[in-house]
Amino acid sequence: MESGIVNILVDISLMTLLGITAIGIVRSRNLFATAMLSGIYSLISAAVFVTLDAVDVAFTEAAVGAGISTVLMLGAMTLTRRSEKHAIKLHIGPLFVTIGIGAALIYGTVDMPPFGSTDAPGFQHIVPEYIAGSRDDIQVPNIVTSILASYRGFDTLGETAVIFAAGIGVLFLLGRRREDEEADESSNSGKGEDA
Amino acid sequence: MRHHLILRVVSKLLIPFILLYALYVQFHGDFGPGGGFQAGVIFAAAFVLYALIFGVQAARKAFPDSWLAILIPLGVLIFAGTGIASLLLGGTFLDYDVLASTPTGGQHLGILVVEFGVGVTVTAVMIAIFFAYAGRTHEIQDDDW
Repeated sequence: MESGIVNILVDISLMTLLGITAIGIVRSRNLFATAMLSGIYSLISAAVFVTLDAVDVAFTEAAVGAGISTVLMLGAMTLTRRSEKHAIKLHIGPLFVTIGIGAALIYGTVDMPPFGSTDAPGFQHIVPEYIAGSRDDIQVPNIVTSILASYRGFDTLGETAVIFAAGIGVLFLLGRRREDEEADESSNSGKGEDA
Repeated sequence: MRHHLILRVVSKLLIPFILLYALYVQFHGDFGPGGGFQAGVIFAAAFVLYALIFGVQAARKAFPDSWLAILIPLGVLIFAGTGIASLLLGGTFLDYDVLASTPTGGQHLGILVVEFGVGVTVTAVMIAIFFAYAGRTHEIQDDDW
């Protein structure tokens, strides 16, 4: 009972922080603040995933969302201006669409099985086989890894190919530096970067 | 950031541990949380930190562009090659059972190898994307912020 109350308090405070951060992102016109707040949002999401016992997802969210993508956003921001040009304008149509979809999603959660329930439809189909197989056939303690790398190896190969394609695409579009910069660098190369 | 002594000292201390932790996440992924995707990003994050503190030029020296062109496809090839190897050994594509003398051993080996492939590609792609962005701006001065 004690831990239940603690869990609820943790959930409420994390969700409040998420909400505050989201409002901050929407309201801030300063792109530097927006990029940093997005990173904070990812980090709080990672904490939420930890409370849901999804450590692997939390791990990825913290590393990709809070780490790399914040740095990439800041890198992209240095190529453009530092603050948004347009002032806040209220768009009625999109507001109604957002509120409608949000309300429908919340209405949908009413019918959802309680969190962690083993009767949930998601756990009825093939998951028991995966759990038994991970224990008996593959003998890997982390079921996430055995599903990701073995049962769904083909999917993961596809995901790796997507990352490969993304990397190749970025290299083709942005990888080649402009000639004048390379000339700049060759003249600066004598300076040295030793720390 | 040449005059940020504390940042430089602390990041120099941290970077080896970040790299080590990435390797732990990579090769311990079947026992604890983690795996190739996470390890690749953490490994790349160490280089991003190095580039942020010591400059992109120094990071490019530590991780030359020519490596990226090799490592990005290499990871996918390791993954797909594992599938081909299991085909050649008489199984189906990506069926790791045939890779070792026992099916369980084969699964362990297969998972380790494909996760390594994922890690290699993710590391190289993350570093490549970061270099592609960071290489297009001139050094950021402190008063730019």
